[in-house]
Order: sequence, then C-alpha cells, then structure tokens
Amino acid sequence: MRNLLIGGLALAAMTAAPLPAQAEDSVYIQLATYRTGPFAGSGIHIANGMADYLNMLNERDGGINGVKIVVEECETGYNTQKGVECYEQAKAKNTLVFNPYSTGITLQVIPKAAVDKIPILSMAYGLSAAADGNTFPWIFNPPMTYWDGATGVLSHIANELGGLDQLKGKKIGYIFLDAGYGREPIPLLEKMAEEYGFEIVQYPVPVKEMQNQSAQWLNVRRDKPDFMVIWGWGAMNPTAVKEAIKIRYPMDRFIGVWWSGGEDDARAGGQDAKGYKTLNFHAVGADFPAIQDVKRLLVDTGKSQTEADRLGENLYNRGLMNSVLMAEAIRTAQEITGKKVITSEDMRVGLENLNITEARLKEIGLEGFMAPIRTSCEQHSGHHSMYVQQWDGEKWVKLTDWFPPMTDKVKPLLAQAAQDYKTSNAPWPDRAEPCVN
Amino acid sequence: MYYREAGQFKTSYKTDQAILPLREDRIGLMLSLVMAVVVVPLVSNDFVLASIMIPFLILALATIGLNVLTGYAGQLSLGTGAFMGVGAYACYKLTTIFPDVNIIVHILVSGLFAAAVGMIFGLPSLRIKGLYLAVTTLAAQFFLEWCFIRIPWLYNYNASGAIEVPERRGFGDLILTGPAADPLTRYFVVLAIVIVFTLAVKNLVRGRIGRQWMMIRDMDIAAELMGVRPLVAKLSAFAVSSYICGVAGAMFVFFYLGAAEPDAFSITLSFQILFMVILGGLGSLHGSFFGAAFIWCLPIVLRTWLPAIGIDLGAETVFHIAQLVIGALIIFFLIVEPHGLARLWQLAKEKLRVWPFPYG
Amino acid sequence: MELLTGIFVTPFVQMVTLPDFFLQVLWEGFVGGVLYALIALGFVLIFKASGVFNFAQGIMVVFAGLTLVGLHENGVPAYLALILTIGVMGLLAILVERFVMRPLVNQADIILLMATIGLTIFLIGLGEFIFGGEPKQMITEELGLPTGSTAIEIGSDGLLILQHIDIAAAVIAITMVAILGVFFNKTRIGRALRAVADDHQAALSVGISLNQIWAIVWFAAGIVALATGIMWGARSDVSFALEIIALKALPVLILGGFTSIPGAIVGGLIIGIGEKIGEIYWGPLMGGGIESWLAYMIALIFLLFRPQGLFGEKIIERV
Repeated sequence: MRNLLIGGLALAAMTAAPLPAQAEDSVYIQLATYRTGPFAGSGIHIANGMADYLNMLNERDGGINGVKIVVEECETGYNTQKGVECYEQAKAKNTLVFNPYSTGITLQVIPKAAVDKIPILSMAYGLSAAADGNTFPWIFNPPMTYWDGATGVLSHIANELGGLDQLKGKKIGYIFLDAGYGREPIPLLEKMAEEYGFEIVQYPVPVKEMQNQSAQWLNVRRDKPDFMVIWGWGAMNPTAVKEAIKIRYPMDRFIGVWWSGGEDDARAGGQDAKGYKTLNFHAVGADFPAIQDVKRLLVDTGKSQTEADRLGENLYNRGLMNSVLMAEAIRTAQEITGKKVITSEDMRVGLENLNITEARLKEIGLEGFMAPIRTSCEQHSGHHSMYVQQWDGEKWVKLTDWFPPMTDKVKPLLAQAAQDYKTSNAPWPDRAEPCVN
Repeated sequence: MYYREAGQFKTSYKTDQAILPLREDRIGLMLSLVMAVVVVPLVSNDFVLASIMIPFLILALATIGLNVLTGYAGQLSLGTGAFMGVGAYACYKLTTIFPDVNIIVHILVSGLFAAAVGMIFGLPSLRIKGLYLAVTTLAAQFFLEWCFIRIPWLYNYNASGAIEVPERRGFGDLILTGPAADPLTRYFVVLAIVIVFTLAVKNLVRGRIGRQWMMIRDMDIAAELMGVRPLVAKLSAFAVSSYICGVAGAMFVFFYLGAAEPDAFSITLSFQILFMVILGGLGSLHGSFFGAAFIWCLPIVLRTWLPAIGIDLGAETVFHIAQLVIGALIIFFLIVEPHGLARLWQLAKEKLRVWPFPYG
Repeated sequence: MELLTGIFVTPFVQMVTLPDFFLQVLWEGFVGGVLYALIALGFVLIFKASGVFNFAQGIMVVFAGLTLVGLHENGVPAYLALILTIGVMGLLAILVERFVMRPLVNQADIILLMATIGLTIFLIGLGEFIFGGEPKQMITEELGLPTGSTAIEIGSDGLLILQHIDIAAAVIAITMVAILGVFFNKTRIGRALRAVADDHQAALSVGISLNQIWAIVWFAAGIVALATGIMWGARSDVSFALEIIALKALPVLILGGFTSIPGAIVGGLIIGIGEKIGEIYWGPLMGGGIESWLAYMIALIFLLFRPQGLFGEKIIERV
C-alpha cells in the first residue's frame, strides 16, 4: 500500500498542474483525435480538418462573435481506454462539446454525457439510435445515421438495377470491421433483406486481421455476390480495395460507406481501383472560399499541420464539416441565449436548433459544400441527403445527385432501438431538458 | 525471492509470523492507508479520482492477480486481458439477469467464472513450460476475444456489440455504478475491495498453498519429488490468479470504463498488466502497486506535464514522446534492477538502515 | 445432424466440386504462410543465438518498411534507399546489442522478453515521431518488383489467379532461407553463431565474441524484417497496423520450435494453409473470423503432444 505515497505525489502533481488560464471571452473545445496507431491513416486528415476550420475562425474573425475558441487535441489512438481519459480531461476543462471520433468511445461516453452535461457530437457515426432526441438529449449524430447510410447504399444499388423490386434474389456481400462500428448497420441490412428478398452475406474482418483479408475475399470470390458493401476504417480500407482488385471483383459494384472513402483508401489500388464507389455527404475539393481562407491564413503561413496538397481531400473536408457544425451550433446558442460566452448546456441547445440553410452556407463561404442541415429537439440526426462518388483513378468524382435515405424504413427501427437501449440500460433517465426554440 | 529483513528481534512466534514483521513497515502501511482513505479523497478533484486513482487501483489488483500466477507460481501468462474480460462479461450478464442483487456480490461471483475459464486454459501448463506456455496463453487471449465478439448472448444482443453498465444502487440508496455514480463513491468501493484482496493474497502466499506455488516456480521437478502435486499447485494458481483478474476486469468496466467493447480486453491490456508485474517486481505485492502506479500514471503525467512546462507540442507529438520515454524507461529499469521497483525499494531501505554510516 | 454434415461432409464436397477455388485457397494459404515464416525466421535467428524471445521483430518489420518508403519519399532513389535502410537496420542492431542486450546478459528469459517489448514501445514511438502515423504506399515498382497477376485457367471455367508479387515473395523467402543456410553452415561467422547457440560459455572460452555475434544476428533479423516489410507492404500498405500481424508468427514458432529455421518455414506453411482452409471451409459454421485464434489452437494441440515443437530440441530436465 506504500505506493499510495507515490500515487499521492502524482496526484499532488496533477492537481497543481496549471490548467490553461481561461482568458476572457473564450470557449474551450477538446478534439479527441488520433494521429497514431492503426487508424491514424484515416484519423490524421479528420484531425487536420477539424482543427483548421476552428483556428481559421480565430484568425480571420477573432473567433465567433468575438469569442475565441481554445482548441486542444487529445490523442486517443482509437483506443477506448484513452478515449475515456480524454473525456475526463475534457470534462475537467469544461469543454463545450466532445467529439469522440470512434464508435467505441462514443458508446462509452453516451451514458455519461447526460450526467456531466456535455453534448456529444458524433457526426455520422456512433449509435444510430441516438438520433432520437427524446431518449438521448445530449447526443447528436447529424447529418444522418449509419442506418440511413445503409439504406442509401441499397437505394443506389436498386437504382443501378432499375428499381427496388429488382433487389429480389440478389446477393449482397457486406464486409465490415468486426467492432461496434461495423456491426451497427447489420440489424437494418437484415431487416431490408427480409423485406426486399435479397440475401446479405457477412464477411467480418477482425481488427487484428485488418491487413490480412485474403480469407474474406476468397470467400467473396466463391460466393460471387452481386454487390459488395464495405464498412471499413483505417488500414482496413486500402487493404480491402487491393484485395478486391486481386480477385478481379468488378469495382463499380463495390460500394463503401462514407468512412471508406479516403483518398488514400482508393489510391492504394491506383488505376485499378477505378470505379470504386462510396457514399458522401459533403463536397470534395478545396474550391470554397472558407477552405481558401484556411489555406491563406493557416496552411501558407505554416500554422497548420495540413500539407497544402491534401487540403480539400475527402476526410479533411469531413473534419472541416464537423467543425462547421460546432461553430454554427455555438453561433446558434449565442443567439438563443443572448450570452457571448456559452456553456456546454447552451451548446446542447445550439446543437438542437441547428439550421444551416443554403443561404447560411453561402455566407460562411461553403456554398454547395453540403446539404442544408436542420436538427430539432426530437430529431438529432435529421436523415439528410447524401450522394455517391466514384474513384476515377486519381480523384473522387460526384456520380449521383443528392438523394435522401429511406427515412420511412429507418425511423421505426430507430425508435425501436432507442426503446431497447432504454430498457437494457434501465433506469435510463427521462429527458429533463426543456426544448428551447 | 526476497530475503527476510533482520534487525528487529522477535520474542514470540506470533510476532515472528506477523504479516509485516518490521515496525517501520507497519507504520508505513498505516500511513499509506490513511493517505488512501483520508488524504486522497480530500485533495483530489474528480479528474484525478476518476482517471488516475480508480483505474490505478483496479489495475494494481489485476497486477496482483497476474503476480500470483507469474511471480509466485512461475507460470508466464499473456492472457490476463481476456481473463479480465471474462469477469466483466460475467458480471454484466449476472447483473442483467439478477438486477436486484448488490453489484458487489456480482463482481465477486463473476470472478468465479474467470477462475473456471482460467483453469481450463491452465491445463496445458501441466505439459508445456516457459515461453511455450506464454504463447499458448495467447490462444486463450484470442479465442476469448473472439467469443466476446461472436457470442451475442454475452452482450444481450446489443446492436453495438458493447456492454453498457446499468445504474445499480446498494448500501441504502447509494448509486454505485453507472454514469450517475459519484467518483468518490466508486473510489471507496474500489479501494475497499482492493484492500481486502491484497490482504487475502498476502496471507495466501505466505501459507501452505503459496509455498507450494513458490516451490513449483523455483524448480517444478524437485517440488514434485518432495510431494507437491503439480496438478493441484498449478491449477490452483491459475484459478486464484484468474479469479482476481476477473474481479479486476469486472471492476474495470463497472467502476471505470462504464461501457466496453471487446477491444478493451485486447492483448494490449495483457501486456500492460505484465509490464506492471515485471517492473513492480515478480513475487511482490507492494511491487504490484509500484508497477501499476508507474505504468498507469507516467503517461498521464508526461502528457500533462510536457505541455505544462512550456514544451508546447501537438497532442500526437507529446504522445510519441511519452511512448519513447516509457519504452526507454522500461528498458532502463530492467537493466538497473531486473527484480523491479520492489527490489529498489528494498535496497533503499537497506541503505537507510545503515545511514549515515554505511560500512563495507 | 446438420452440424455434423457441416463439419464432415460439406467442406470436402466443396473442395472437390470447386477444385480451382481449392487450389486458390491453398495458394493464398501458402503465400500467407511464407510471410508468417519470414517473420518467424527473424524470431528464430535471435532466439537461437541469444535465447532472447524478440518481441520487437514485428515492429522492426514496420520500422524497416517505413524507413525505406520514408527515404524514397524524400527523394532518395529506390535502390539507394534500400541500401541505406539496410544500413539503418545494422545501426539499430549495434545499438540494441550495446544498450539493451549487453547490460542484460544472463538475466531470466522473461526479463529479456520484457526488454524487447520495451524496445517495441520505444520503436513505435520513434517510428511515429519520425515518419508520422500515416500509412504509406510500398514502392513496389520502383524496387523492380513485379506487379499485376496471371490467371491460369483450369478445366472449363476454373481460374487460378496468381499475384506476381506473391510469387516474388515466395522466391525471395526461399532464397533468403537458402542464403541463411549456407551462411550458418559454411562460413566462419555462421559456425561461430552455431557455437554460441549451443553453449554460450564454451563459445566464449574458444574466443568467440558474444557481443559481435549478437550484433550480427540482430542485423540478420533486421534484414529479414526488411524483406518481410517490403512483402507485406506490397500486399496492403506500410503502417503501424502491421505490427499486430507479427503476433501471427508466434503460433508458427511454437509449432516449428523456437530454434529451428526449417521449423519456422514448415510451421509457417502449416499455419498459413491450415488457417485459410479452416476459415474458408469451417469458419462459416462458427460465424467467421476464426482465423484470429485458429492458428493458436492448432499450435496448442500440437504442443500437447510435442512440448518442444515439431523441430525443437528435446528438452531434458534434471534436478
């Protein structure tokens, strides 16, 4: 037990550790990121995008309505243990919002959020059921959930085939990271398979075997599915693309979720990956005034970790969009509460009343960057539109127009899932937060 | 492995057989207990309690568990993480099936499941030794990890595949687990369990069974010739060790993480615990605490302090440097004192005893 | 009944009815096995000469691959980068010998094992510090390695697809083992290595420098790591996720024995082919993904019958 002395010393050291002085008129946002570990390949670009947009606002406008945003990154390495640590740290420093950027970490912090009064922004990842604002007042997953994404993939396939009824008798392979993230869409896929009479074949890829997928793809070769759907992340994506090429799977029948659409993922296959498709919900490219501001103010002056040629890539823009949502939520919260320096509780109200219209997008220099986004007290995700992009050998090209998910299919399932979550985690607190408009 | 310290002469068997024969040790223990029970809760904020003290204590318990197996019985295991996982999943199942029973009871019972699994995977130890055994325990690690993913019954068919800690009350209406549980409450529960277990293990290892383990460790064939049954000794070591690890695993999820994916019990955790054992000192209980404190707190302290002392770096650079430093420190400590921090502590005591007039 | 058919009938029927696919599975298993064997070879080299179970072999693979690609990215021509990387691995070997192995001489196995895990953590930190965490593309073409694939038609509609890089991997692995075999048996240093492996003290007494030998085996393991890094890197990419795959070499080792080079090769092939066949034909029965532990189970069952591995030296214990 003597070690407690040491523990005590460490603790004295910790308590004495100077927290960054909360300067007048500033708010603190922690970004849980991962620039290390097996998922760094995807994580780095997201982290860059998130940090750059907020820092750009600080540089260009002096923050949001004169309130500076203190941005700090916390390295999770996509590891749930470290994620909890980052969350506790964020809590101790009064973060406005917590971005886990990992479905595993999101699941862990969901129950804590309501108690600690910290909103969780899990942009198009995490628990799909969290879209239900009445059950999960503190969790936000705009612009849509994985389940919306899964229906998006199916409706795209149906479109290719010429109608939803054509799905009947088809075989669709689903290769996924065998973790919470990859398993999340399965209930919906199974339900849809039942309804439309197609078969869904699962190919789980264990995290440890991410770079060793030959067995899964051999099975794909044997089963000859008509379409392949991938739910991969990090090192799993480029390996899957390479393996698909190896077994000569037709790439235009290989469709990924938005997280499988990193430039590096497709680039691994080079020209052979031509035709590979993924979902997306924001534009790719740096041709937006706001991103040009990032370039001018941060990248060109060396204040950013982003390399100039990676500006505007898919995952970078994903991170940027994440920060746009946060910035807009802060602004909304400021308007509603009339305060300049808002708290995390105000931030929740802001996130709940997001209304990013096309006019607003134009104002912030991101016209056409994404579909307009709107959230409400009940609806924390919003089932917004997406599109399919295709790899042309060098870059992503927008293939389809914006189209909505099959909201009518997803909604009842979401409600059911939220209810299930509530019962299995009983006593789950009822929503106590008033709906502020 | 350690020599008895001389200097204080005992006049009765009772004092001679005390848990801590030295008066200074007893005082030290009392001081640390006071520190843990009174000072720590008074001076620390929620972050220190929730992110440092609670996981540190739980990991220290897991370290004690592995120490029983590796330090006392000499059987190297790389499957600690998975055994902790068994405890955690068992506890989750128990508390969802019997929600009204006090969670502490569930935690203690869930260790039994881990013990059973541990004994099954301990069977090869009767034939396989040393590093070969270590690699076979990896079979347990990977197989169990796969079970946590592939057997949906274990996580109640949750869509997410994760186990989530429900709110449980006990001792009146105190919230013990779940998000609403106060870090202070959790800290005291964890502390109590850890103290009780440490005391129990201390008595176990100085008793008959503990001595058998050590005989097996030091030379199994000789021990067998002297009448120690390897089957009983080895399997009991696996059982006790896995039981403690299972309890630690259940606490890890219920009092610290709050929810867990199978990933939480990966091989990384096994290595982390093994490091704590080795750095703290094989076959030393207080060493287990040293090791846990070192491995758990150092990265946090490094990450907090590197930026604080004016080295302003990106989060990931700090992370890299922390990793560099930890790797180097592990090698450094192994070179300086392969018997771990516990041995360093003992050497320090020996130096102090003759201070200020060292002889020889 | 259905289960029994699933176990004892269906897989074999599948093998016979789809022979081209079965061949493909065998080939994939073979290639995977060769790569496992390469990693295992690195372990065996070091274990033989110093009794150290070198856990850092996996990260050395990543480190070598990253150095190669990193140098090339900074404008060094591919072949020069290859030579420089070999130099870096040599330097690493000397540093490891001087600062890790030498001070720890005569310590217990587990301490040495821990030291190499410490080294692993250190190298991960160092690698990410220098090269960043981003995965990199292996410079396959620049190194003159073949890309593309050949399809061999079997029967009427059967197809066996062979990746050129996989063929190259097999050739390189075989060459490497052959060179190592010659090196061990025919050269002065090789004989010294075997002497050290047999008996440290006797070797010392006839004037063999242990330190020098250790540096050499670490260097050899470094070169094997580089070859492995290039091959794995060409199959997926060079990133820190590769380090996890190195764990797969462990069942190979217990199967083949810690001290046997042929054992590493045979073990690698058994594990590689066994796990592929298991996963493809029996995996679906259990929900798939059994590849992650099947290799360990195979190895564990082997061990129960031969505790020293297939080719390991017989363990004789005396009191």
